Amino acid sequence: MLETIGLIFIGIGLAFDVFGCIGIVRLPDVYLRLQAGTKCVTMGTCSILLGTFLIMGFSAGGVKALLCSFFIVLTNAVSAHAMARSAHRAGVKMWEGTVVDQYSEDKQG
Amino acid sequence: MIPKWFALTCGCFVAWCLFNWPPGVQALIIGIPVSFFVMFLTKNIPYRTVSKLHFQPNRHLRFLFHYLPVFWWELFKANLEVAYRVLHPNLPIRPAVVRVKTSLKTDMGLTLLANSISLVPGTTAMDLDHETGILYVHCMYVSKSSEVDALAKRRVEKFEKILAKIFE
Repeated sequence: MLETIGLIFIGIGLAFDVFGCIGIVRLPDVYLRLQAGTKCVTMGTCSILLGTFLIMGFSAGGVKALLCSFFIVLTNAVSAHAMARSAHRAGVKMWEGTVVDQYSEDKQG
Repeated sequence: MIPKWFALTCGCFVAWCLFNWPPGVQALIIGIPVSFFVMFLTKNIPYRTVSKLHFQPNRHLRFLFHYLPVFWWELFKANLEVAYRVLHPNLPIRPAVVRVKTSLKTDMGLTLLANSISLVPGTTAMDLDHETGILYVHCMYVSKSSEVDALAKRRVEKFEKILAKIFE
């Protein structure tokens, strides 16, 4: 029973990871790619690790998988934030369809 | 009041035990000096404001049963939304960077607010101005009207209300 649920979780996680990868290929600029990379990959990978934990239980691998999912939730958002900020400071251009950029307005003004 | 170095060491030791699951005698003996070493490396990381989370079960419970469910639900919705926008043949995106004002002051509250924003639908926190409390948020889709930041504001306020009750 637990194994079936675990496999379902792993399947969902793989699907979301694939969506994240498609997003990284299709979206037009750094900032949008970061968004796809943060959200889909965080949830996809956490889902895979949770499924691993459900299948393996409280064994050596299962507990490590749970810990890793915890650290991924904490660090993925922070690293995306750092990359978005440094990309903007380094002057990476935004996609031409961008509606408004109030960050550079404030930095220049 | 538990001293900070002791709490840090205990936290490191618990993490060490989990990484070495199931913990044997050897792992536990090595773990004690390793935890002390990590504590000496990290204890001087400066905090701008001290979190008020210590010893208030009320706030802990609210964090567990109010913040975390909302957070996971929003994360799930974020994934569906990004998946929809990515798979749609026309790529329906209207990106923008908008400024949103926040009233949170504590380090912990601001960190979690920025993290939550990065993981809710279509927004990523880009920068934070400590003095004015202005967050710069990159949005994947903004509405077509003149109020570009209405959507981002609503999402930020949702988390802000919960986090203010926990950390302020």
